Amino acid sequence: MDGIYDLGGRQGFGRVRYTLDAPAFHAPWEVRVNSLYSFAVRLGIFNMDEYRHAIERMEARHYLTASYYERSLTSLATLCVEKGVVTREELERRAGGAFPLSTQSAPGRTNAPRRERFKPGQRVRVKSECVPGHVRVPAYIRGKTGVVVSESPAYPFPDAHAHGVEAQDEPTYDVRFRSEDLWPNSADAALVHAGVFQSYLERAD
Amino acid sequence: MSERDFVVQRTATVEERVDAIQAALKDRGLKVDEAIAELGQVATEQWTPQNGARVVARAWVDPAFRQRLLANGRAAVAELGYSMPKHHRHLVVLENTPTVHNVICCTQCSCTAISLIGLPPDWYKDLEYRARVVRESRTVLKELGLDLPSKVEIRVWDTTADTRYIVLPERPPETAGWPEEKLAGIVTRDGLIGVARL
Repeated sequence: MDGIYDLGGRQGFGRVRYTLDAPAFHAPWEVRVNSLYSFAVRLGIFNMDEYRHAIERMEARHYLTASYYERSLTSLATLCVEKGVVTREELERRAGGAFPLSTQSAPGRTNAPRRERFKPGQRVRVKSECVPGHVRVPAYIRGKTGVVVSESPAYPFPDAHAHGVEAQDEPTYDVRFRSEDLWPNSADAALVHAGVFQSYLERAD
Repeated sequence: MSERDFVVQRTATVEERVDAIQAALKDRGLKVDEAIAELGQVATEQWTPQNGARVVARAWVDPAFRQRLLANGRAAVAELGYSMPKHHRHLVVLENTPTVHNVICCTQCSCTAISLIGLPPDWYKDLEYRARVVRESRTVLKELGLDLPSKVEIRVWDTTADTRYIVLPERPPETAGWPEEKLAGIVTRDGLIGVARL
């Protein structure tokens, strides 16, 4: 989905709020949320792709205003409701107020019908696809051409794994892009690498 | 009229919501308190940047280990007793040189090599870093206090799959002859992410 979560290259953001030795957690409830969602993954209530996608499905206004661990909490609660572990009514009764959850999921998809093995040095293009469900192509590389640097072991295909759709595991390719190809005349010079699933790629030459 | 067709007076606070889901799960007979204690300990005490620091220090003093680390990160860190979560199937170690500087990010969420770097710092997960570092890498690094010479090429690594990355910083020249443990003491989390040099 083309969600607000997909932030790479978006403009209008201010300075990074950087501090030395910045903490990962700011309050004990944040550690609890982190443990609770990890526990749910361990129990098999949901997997990491479902977890990520339920964060992505948060309403944009909620996403932008929520803290990191509020997003984590919202995903955990949304999936527990969707999987029938709890009801929203029970959560709101226990919480004593509204419990905002994520929006509904669109259908997922399985691997691309034809997939190709690529070799380091080969030029590849990221397919220009609009996918309604979970997808791990950041918008800034969509339709862009880069060079394969290496291949990873096979992983579950996120577009399927986040939606309970059958699919084969597939490798990802570390693809190197030039920032000037991604944002012509509008980026600091750099090489930008992304891990791109095989189904998302096609030969560029 | 649906049962949710009413005016909700207030949104529960985040803490009230955490308590609610925790209590609901506990009510299902799940061992929630034990899991919170155990996983909280893992997240705050077991997965720390000191793990990554020891990996870097070993790579600095042991050239054969360095080669193995660059060839297969996951197997090499396992030699030092460090495991990675099951879904992190691949660890790529990014070597800084006098002319190449690597920096890692996750533009879509917050992915990183948590068992070696620790749970990521707040700014890594913030909107600003995620939006800007891929497009304005040199500017962002400068704002964070790292003003790289123009001859240094910047490589940004966006963690868009389940491959994980850590940066192998350059060893500062003044540390010649230092023992491994002392070397590990100067490797910072921000150095493993690549927003600081040592």
